[in-house]
Amino acid sequence: MLSLDNASVRYGSVAALSDANLRIERGDFVALIGANGSGKTTLLQALHGLVAHTGVRTVAKEAAAQVMVFQRPFMLRLSVWNNLRVALWLAGAPPAERAARATEALHRAGLFELRGRQARALSGGQQQRLALARAWATRPALLFLDEPTANLDPSAKREVEAMLARFKLEGMTLVMSTHNLGQAKRLATRVVYLDRGRIRADLATDAFFARHLDARTDLFLKGELPWDME
Amino acid sequence: MGHGMKHFAGRRAAIAWLLAGLGAVALPAAAQDKFIVMASTTSTEQSGLFPHLLPAFKKASGIDVRVVAVGTGQALDMGRRGDADILFVHDTVAEEKFVAEGFGLPRRGVMYNDFVLIGPASDPAGVKGRDIVAALSKLAASNAAAPVAFVSRADKSGTHAAELRYWKSAGIDDPAVKVAGKLFDYRACGCSMGPALNIAASLEAYVLADRGTWLSFKNRGNLTVLVEGDKRLFNQYGVIVVNPARHPQTKTALAQAFSDWVVSADGQATIAAYKIGGEQLFFPNAAR
Amino acid sequence: MLWRTVGLSLAVSLSACAIAAGFGLAFGAWLAVARFPGRRVLLAVLNTLLALPSVVVGLVVYLLLSRSGPLGSWGILFTPSAMVIAQTILVLPVIAALSRQLVHDSLRDGGDQLRSMGARPFTTAVLMLLHERWAVATVVLTAFGRAVSEVGAVMIVGGNIDGVTRVITTTIALETSKGDLPLALALGIVLLALVGLINAGIAVAQRAQGGNPAAAR
Repeated sequence: MLSLDNASVRYGSVAALSDANLRIERGDFVALIGANGSGKTTLLQALHGLVAHTGVRTVAKEAAAQVMVFQRPFMLRLSVWNNLRVALWLAGAPPAERAARATEALHRAGLFELRGRQARALSGGQQQRLALARAWATRPALLFLDEPTANLDPSAKREVEAMLARFKLEGMTLVMSTHNLGQAKRLATRVVYLDRGRIRADLATDAFFARHLDARTDLFLKGELPWDME
Repeated sequence: MGHGMKHFAGRRAAIAWLLAGLGAVALPAAAQDKFIVMASTTSTEQSGLFPHLLPAFKKASGIDVRVVAVGTGQALDMGRRGDADILFVHDTVAEEKFVAEGFGLPRRGVMYNDFVLIGPASDPAGVKGRDIVAALSKLAASNAAAPVAFVSRADKSGTHAAELRYWKSAGIDDPAVKVAGKLFDYRACGCSMGPALNIAASLEAYVLADRGTWLSFKNRGNLTVLVEGDKRLFNQYGVIVVNPARHPQTKTALAQAFSDWVVSADGQATIAAYKIGGEQLFFPNAAR
Repeated sequence: MLWRTVGLSLAVSLSACAIAAGFGLAFGAWLAVARFPGRRVLLAVLNTLLALPSVVVGLVVYLLLSRSGPLGSWGILFTPSAMVIAQTILVLPVIAALSRQLVHDSLRDGGDQLRSMGARPFTTAVLMLLHERWAVATVVLTAFGRAVSEVGAVMIVGGNIDGVTRVITTTIALETSKGDLPLALALGIVLLALVGLINAGIAVAQRAQGGNPAAAR
């Protein structure tokens, strides 16, 4: 669906991403894992087309509809309902369908009763679910997520993970960066490990967690590189 | 369309309506009445003549006269640029030059008022009398115990031009030049009549003023009229229609209507009828 | 007569701000997202124009609208329309520069998200104006305060004609020069009250923006 060849991104003198090669297949749920500063976010942005890079990005027609959900959800100073309407308008959804799609999206996220409230008045977990509902409403083929549960408490985290699992079941392709190895294990079909701007490993989830890679990766998996596991 | 989007489109539409409405108010207002722009002087406006004179003209002709009051020099400039349709000023020499240069149709005398020399009631320089030139000589030669100050408008106005003529007649080419041993202080303010009077009031100085502004001036302090009645103090007003040959857009016909009216018996009588505190200010003297 | 003067001040300055807001907000939004060579120069020029002296604007507009000037055929010198034009030119840079700044700052937070959702650059800028509508209100109020308090531009292009182009500020100038200080003072107080109201409006808008979102409906 989407491939990236030899992509590098520099910010000033810092190489955020070096020679990244990655293919995303339909139905994948790819987890990008790695320490802070390993290039997960940059890789996500390069895949989504938000940042310039030196490589080649090829997007299949079926993967044209893409949305990204960020660690901190950005909501306009509008009601929950209107935030959805704006998203549907931006995505070019047919006007006749917008109300129906917005309604369904809010129900799935359990936010329909709150549709009249100011979106920014919702709790952190609710806003993240709203961001997911907003993304889902626009029927993306490919969904990118940048550490979507990093700021959430455990119960909110579980709700978000449930939504993501459901998306996967319904056929959406997802690429998610996370520093939570347990989450990667639970949700992903494939794990891509980054270290200091380079992709070090790209394996199916079981294979990744079973194998020994290099010493540094082992340290990471054991949690000696500063990271938590849940 | 979504609620949020309707909000947005509604906002845009509202702005468009607001602009249209304000435009409708602001622009055609100019086109409604018949009107002319008259460039006159600040001292004439401050004398209060116009609220008395112009409504009478409007009643007779239906024409609004919009007065832009500036200094004589600036008024003539407006005439040269064609921004005024008619001039109503009081500097005969400059007016003749203006007409000679082709900017205006022949000038007509309308009325005169007079200048008066104002000063502190204590009159330290002893100038009181009926002779303006003698008074100014005394001021410049003053050796009074306290410094004697004179406030000049110094703004290219008709009043300023007159003031310089009187100094010249008194043999003083440049009153600003300090003479050794004399305590005379010449203050040039570059301002109109009102502020000049304000300054004179606060400094207890002498100042040449037109009687009209003086009669309307409320901040007198210790000032009073010291010299008046000298024929040389008479201040002649002229009206000049701006030459359409130079600026075809000027409203010549309407301006001519005012010029004709103000020298007519009706206009002249209206001028004479204007009084402040029972005193007549302007004396009509248009040629028959 | 006093109320006519106040009414004219309000009409002229409100019109000028409305027109300047229409163009200025669009231009500011565009400038926040546009990328072209010379952009920095344009920004520097815009920031310089923030401090444009009102008499300079008055002089330039006068020369343009004079019958000896290029737009003399419009015939609007010494009318309220000329005053609206002059004040629009005066406050347009204020609105453009300030709105550019606030759109730019907002886009740092949410620009990526909006782009991800499919918004083109100018659309993100316009959405941010909507998002920051209270800050936008502050900008327009600021511009109005500048317009209603200025005297240089309206004096020159309006001519301070009694009953036609005389506004609060030019009346204060006139009455002071005539020595009629009580009237000048009274008008000064009216102007101060207006400005005070504007500042109160700005404070309310800022609280609505920065405060509890649920209260900011």
